[in-house]
Amino acid sequence: MRSERMRELWNLGWVGALTAIGFLSVYTARQNEISSASLTYAGVFLGVFGLAHIGVRAGLPRADPWLLPLAALLCALGLTEIYRLSPTLARDQSVWVVIGLLGFLAVVFLVRDHRRLEPYTYLLATTAVGLLLVTMAVGTTINGAKLWLRFGGVQVQPGEFAKLLLVVFLASYLRDRREVLTMAHRTILGVGLPAARHLGPLALMAGLSLGVLAVMNDLGTALLLFGIYLSMIYVATGRHLYTVLGLGLFAAGSWAVYNTVGHVQERFQVWVDPWAHPHTTGYQIVQSIEAIADGGVFGTGLGRSLQVLNHGQTIIPAVQTDGIYAAWADETGLAGAAGLLLIYLLFCYRGFKIAALADDGFSKLLACGLTFAFGLQAFLIVGGIIRLIPLTGITLPFVSYGGSSIVSNFMMLALLLMVSNRAAERA
Amino acid sequence: MNRQIASLFRLFAIAFAVLITLTAYWQIWAADSLATRRDNARLVYRQLQIKRGLIYASNGRTVLAENHPRSRGGLTLYLRRYPLGDLFAHAVGYNTVGNGRTALELAENDYLTASNSDLATVVSRVGSELQGETVTGDDVVTSLSVPAQRAAAAGMAGKVGAVVAIEPATGRVLAMYSSPSFSPEAVGRNFPKLANTSGAPLLNRATQGLYAPGSTFKTVTAAAALDTGLYGPDQPLIDAKGHCITVQGLPLCNAGTESFGPISLTTALTFSVNTAFAQIGQQLGEAKLEEYMTRFGFFSEPPLTYPSDEMNPSGLYHNGHLLKPGAPVDVARVAIGQERLLVTPLQMAEVAATIANGGERTRPTLVDRVVSPSGSRVYTQHPEPLERVMSPQSAQDLTNMMQKVVDEGTGTAARLNGLTVAGKTGTAETGVAGVNTAWFIAFAPVTDPKIAVAVVVEHTPLFGGQVSAPIAASVIEAYLGQGVAQ
Repeated sequence: MRSERMRELWNLGWVGALTAIGFLSVYTARQNEISSASLTYAGVFLGVFGLAHIGVRAGLPRADPWLLPLAALLCALGLTEIYRLSPTLARDQSVWVVIGLLGFLAVVFLVRDHRRLEPYTYLLATTAVGLLLVTMAVGTTINGAKLWLRFGGVQVQPGEFAKLLLVVFLASYLRDRREVLTMAHRTILGVGLPAARHLGPLALMAGLSLGVLAVMNDLGTALLLFGIYLSMIYVATGRHLYTVLGLGLFAAGSWAVYNTVGHVQERFQVWVDPWAHPHTTGYQIVQSIEAIADGGVFGTGLGRSLQVLNHGQTIIPAVQTDGIYAAWADETGLAGAAGLLLIYLLFCYRGFKIAALADDGFSKLLACGLTFAFGLQAFLIVGGIIRLIPLTGITLPFVSYGGSSIVSNFMMLALLLMVSNRAAERA
Repeated sequence: MNRQIASLFRLFAIAFAVLITLTAYWQIWAADSLATRRDNARLVYRQLQIKRGLIYASNGRTVLAENHPRSRGGLTLYLRRYPLGDLFAHAVGYNTVGNGRTALELAENDYLTASNSDLATVVSRVGSELQGETVTGDDVVTSLSVPAQRAAAAGMAGKVGAVVAIEPATGRVLAMYSSPSFSPEAVGRNFPKLANTSGAPLLNRATQGLYAPGSTFKTVTAAAALDTGLYGPDQPLIDAKGHCITVQGLPLCNAGTESFGPISLTTALTFSVNTAFAQIGQQLGEAKLEEYMTRFGFFSEPPLTYPSDEMNPSGLYHNGHLLKPGAPVDVARVAIGQERLLVTPLQMAEVAATIANGGERTRPTLVDRVVSPSGSRVYTQHPEPLERVMSPQSAQDLTNMMQKVVDEGTGTAARLNGLTVAGKTGTAETGVAGVNTAWFIAFAPVTDPKIAVAVVVEHTPLFGGQVSAPIAASVIEAYLGQGVAQ
């Protein structure tokens, strides 16, 4: 027990050293424009993770020792790059990290055991769908996507939380229905199909995702929700049939949405050829790719690329959220970009390992769903910014600027650690 | 379920490998082509933060291109200004954010932005970057003469065409004017409008304009005739009886209704006798004539340090493509500057300069020297002899003949008080009655030539001797009048 937490602390120490180096690099490169006081954001940041470590020691003593330092590392890279873009945004982001930590501790100490969530699964699912529906109805549109709910001066992205709630719901729902979904009700053309009533939720999920796409113009959240569902049903049943059916359904639905909703077409065409309109619709993706290309193998150096113009205007629109990977790849090059992606892969490796070691269906599905959601989200935004897939407006987990994303990811982290703690205690 | 979980991890491993691969593609394989795209804001702002070097006229004092600093937020951006407006628009070019750069602004960009690999410049640049100082480019002193350029612009006012002047002994380009001109500062705002204006002001007619040379080309034919020993200035005589002769089944006639008897080569050039030169061309044969053309610089891109897409080679063109020497041509009509012969004013100025320089062709240059911000000499241009086109004697004979053209032949409009001028007129018909391409090439003073000029005026009802010769004379007078020593 001691060795796990000591390893975690040791890892956090490394992250702390890296953060200090990162902040100092940015500060040296840009000391004409930023104040030395801003270096304290790094201090706040380190304090926060120290507290998280103490919380884990108290609440989840046997939890995985890698996930918290990896999350801290991602947070540190993100905060360094945001600091480089704007010290003001970095201050806000530090505050969000503090709030995220409070969310983390709240989950650790109030939920205590993830299995206690099971009785509330339908309530959680209803809340998730409700959040999305409310956003569709009265959400605020920013950059063409209707993703935000505004409360006074604070904007919340309900999709980030809906994702978390849906994973918890699906873990419980699929645990209960694994067997009936796996059994063939009847056989058509040699393919065993489950009873029609069990396919209902699948259609419902596809419908919800497509609704998100059509109404909120949010391809990212749509893909994310549907991907979570497909992956979890695959893990629960081991049958590719659902994946194939689901992808087919989603493809057909996407085709219908593509042909009826104008801005989805535009988004698709920008993906096919962003250089057709490099100054208007293709501007964000063109500038992102050109920023990435600017980095080369080793990058321009932290704080040394050209990102911010007059009065804080950035070359890449939404560089602190959608474009953070492009800015990072510009300043740290292929070395830094590949490193960042490998951190995500390592995080997913630990997450899937926790799922594999968990000893009950709910825990397995929960850990697996949370990990898949995390990895898929990183893939979707990075893939979008490098034009592998159409660009979506979701955040790069722990790295992008944004309160909702930070807080929900900290909660996800708490649940993953909880699953690993229980598995280790029972082993 | 663990089997499925392992599958999901493998899926992620593949997906992230694809992400890294595509990132590597952008950063390594595609990086170079992306870095130079005009829509790359990074490139544009980086360039605007560089204090480009100044561009000077040959006197080293008159500024042709300078910088106008403008503070935007934390950045100081340097916008290009051209104090003399449209006077040097084609020779110096423009440097814009969205529409690239041209002419010397492009050809000398490495010096102007201090990105050349000269050691002193590199050290100074790296020093500036480390200290966060503005990078300052090297200054370029051109060979362009303000009086000559002003005279060219005044002469071309209201006309369409170009003037090129060269110092024969050195190849230094003294004037390069294309009309209509444009304001280089307006290019950033008005590019689509300028690019689509009738009259094509952005086209540099001096280096890119392709015109039928008409009778100015007879200097090339005469050079070949003299240098091969086929004809001397006075002997043997050429039988130029009659107004027209028949070549390849079609009549080839002299201008007007003139008819000459047996005449010397000097007389043939003085009065630009087509029927005589057509016969000379036939006697020389295509191979010999094209050999001399090649020596003069025809059939290849001008050896000027200048953007290659702003220059055209001179020679025989078929459907927009340059023919290689040896392609089947009507050599009699080539010899009088017809057939499919198209030339640039720069090429004809080189022809005049080569004759003036005793038959030796010198590389044309626009830059005299490059000076670093601290004042040290980064680059010095020395005259570069390229090739002996003809013997000094042939050049001397041709010079005498060309002097006669101005003294008593078709080029009398170029006569100047107290100055000997050698020249040759040319008037190419465009196929539309009353619309000619009027040429004049000249150099002066005859005994010690300091300037060679080519003038072309397009879409004019007048002849080369009427409209172009006076412009050439005024450029010569303006240049020699300022005191050549400068």
